[in-house]
Amino acid sequence: MYRYDNYDRQMLQDRIAQFRDQTRRFIAGELENAQFLPLRLQNGLYVQRLAPMLRVAIPYGCLSTIQVRKLAFIARHFDKGYGHFSTRQNIQFNWPKLAEVPDILAHLAEVEMHAIQTSGNCIRNTTTDQFAGVAREEIADSRHWCEIIRQWSTFHPEFSHLPRKFKIAVCGTKNDQAATQLHDIGLYLHHNDTGELGFQVLVGGGLGRTPIIGQVICEFLPWRHLLTYLEAILRIYNQEGIRDNIYKARIKILVKALGIDAFRDKVESEWLYSKDGPSTLTQAEVDRCKNFFIDPAYKILADEDDGVSNLLANDVIFAQWHERNVHLHKKSGYRIVTLCLKATGSAPGDLSAEQLEFVAELADKFSFGEIRVSHSQNLVLTDVRLADLPKLHQALKTELLATPYTGLINDIICCPGGDFCALANAKSIPIAEAVQRRFDNFAIQKNIGPITLNISGCMNACGHHHVGNIGILGVDKKGEEFYQVALGGSADRDAAIGKVLGPSFAQDDMPDVIEKIINVYLQNRHNNELFIDTFNRIGMEPFKEHVYAKAD
Amino acid sequence: MPRLIDTKGQLLANHWQLLPKDCTLETASLTSATHLLVPADFWLANKTVLQNVGKQIGLWLDSGQSAHMLKDELATLQLIALNFPGFKDGRSYSTAAVLCQHYQFAGEIRAIGDVLRDQLFLMKRCGFTTFDLKDSVKLEDAVTAFNDFTTNYQATVELPVPLFRRRQ
Repeated sequence: MYRYDNYDRQMLQDRIAQFRDQTRRFIAGELENAQFLPLRLQNGLYVQRLAPMLRVAIPYGCLSTIQVRKLAFIARHFDKGYGHFSTRQNIQFNWPKLAEVPDILAHLAEVEMHAIQTSGNCIRNTTTDQFAGVAREEIADSRHWCEIIRQWSTFHPEFSHLPRKFKIAVCGTKNDQAATQLHDIGLYLHHNDTGELGFQVLVGGGLGRTPIIGQVICEFLPWRHLLTYLEAILRIYNQEGIRDNIYKARIKILVKALGIDAFRDKVESEWLYSKDGPSTLTQAEVDRCKNFFIDPAYKILADEDDGVSNLLANDVIFAQWHERNVHLHKKSGYRIVTLCLKATGSAPGDLSAEQLEFVAELADKFSFGEIRVSHSQNLVLTDVRLADLPKLHQALKTELLATPYTGLINDIICCPGGDFCALANAKSIPIAEAVQRRFDNFAIQKNIGPITLNISGCMNACGHHHVGNIGILGVDKKGEEFYQVALGGSADRDAAIGKVLGPSFAQDDMPDVIEKIINVYLQNRHNNELFIDTFNRIGMEPFKEHVYAKAD
Repeated sequence: MPRLIDTKGQLLANHWQLLPKDCTLETASLTSATHLLVPADFWLANKTVLQNVGKQIGLWLDSGQSAHMLKDELATLQLIALNFPGFKDGRSYSTAAVLCQHYQFAGEIRAIGDVLRDQLFLMKRCGFTTFDLKDSVKLEDAVTAFNDFTTNYQATVELPVPLFRRRQ
């Protein structure tokens, strides 16, 4: 993990002092609400339906157990005893008091954490694949590149008042789990013909009201030029992005209006001024950052274990969990374990203080003290010895953390929705729960196979509904909550925006609607075809016909 | 009450009279001020006349007006003011940076408009050298703003070397 030095630490201390003073002036009436608003937002502080909400950054999803214990402490002392993992590698606290937020930030700073730029019209937390650095199939580790971007984007003076929020994702794994193409800038690590490392740069992706998949602005950007190129893109966006209409202010609208070629021309002309300048990355800096992410002290181990093989043959519950939640690791004898935070009856992505502490204990015991957060709102232990899987599974079961549904229909991505969020048009958590109850059986889910079901309570799309194989969007119709369903979305390397099935449904109908959609798939699929592949083959009509068929 | 400060928080005398966007040649010549801050597009359209009104000329750009339109003027200018119509409109940060980084403009860059305490530090880093504070800003607050942060990561106009080349 990256560790702060005196410079990083000083900046964080300065920020806390700055925000303490801003909060003081606001409470004293010296700072108008409209003036305080963007300041608090850039410190992750929203005013929500019931209380303020503080969004804390988990840079590129990496957490130490010391940090997780601090999050548990904050949940317990400043909140109602739990936290919510969002879809952007952040954790949200729903019940802090405004006056206590500077104290929370001071606590976070003790463990090198913060809420900087987790909201507001600035560059947000840089995200990546939760398997970065440990995936068996990886092109290049993305973590130190994320850290380099984190530093460059933190308090960037020119880009602190952008037209709208700006999200960057970096991906170095073959199987993109970071929804990279749905970011304002998406960066795919790859090598060119001569073996040099660089980035394919995508720009103008995003969800929200107008979902768009990013377009390639640069096929191969040598790594040295990463920051100057990002800066050129941001400078064009800052100057030319639409500012008088919040719904058209994201870079995706600018890129679309200009066309990718014209946008690229502008960026390249701007880049001429900074290319090879002082912000050009050095090998020394890359090495310095890379050194924070060296492998832990792996042992040389066989890639099979009799105890595990035995359990797989004889313990159905263990075998189910192993099938869905355990992934291959780059090192023989190690596995990546996903803790699926989607137990039926608990809000997706929520964890209690006790569970957080429990996870920290397990990570210390089984996974070199590190935890990852995924954009699908799950936690990951990246470095578990194969032989330890049975003990780990036993332990996880005691805290409801062994839900064997990773990647299946009940592994729902879901925003907090109308239960908490002031922006929401409709509730989303009860829909997730109703759908989960309908499918709460491993055999049924396994038969359906890998699928993504994403739910957002409004157009802002925090629940990534556009890119779920099945996407559900809460809408407000004359004061009543309805749900629109879309099919065919995907967030992986073959990213796609889902298409709307038809008229929206009442809340109570949702489990039936989803079940009907699944039944059309099951009746039409060829062999082991995935839901998304069947959909792409047969199209929307069969689904539409069946779901909207009048009862006889 | 003088409300113009520099990057050290020192109060400065302000000799410059700002002409509004809808100014005319008549208003420009009738004013008694010796130093005129003229809208950039008005200057470009009336340059020959304005050069002969016998006054010092500075130019101001509104947010969203490109620094590039002044590229042929910069050599003779001692002051460019950049407007913040609202403090959330961040375009002028880039304009200041472009003036300095593309054109090496070394004169005064003044922030005008919705210039508040909590943006001063950012403005300074992007190359602004003077700040025409909004009336609501307390002077004693404003002068502390330039010390908000001890150090920063990025290369900027103020310090064109990124932290990764300075770290020890």
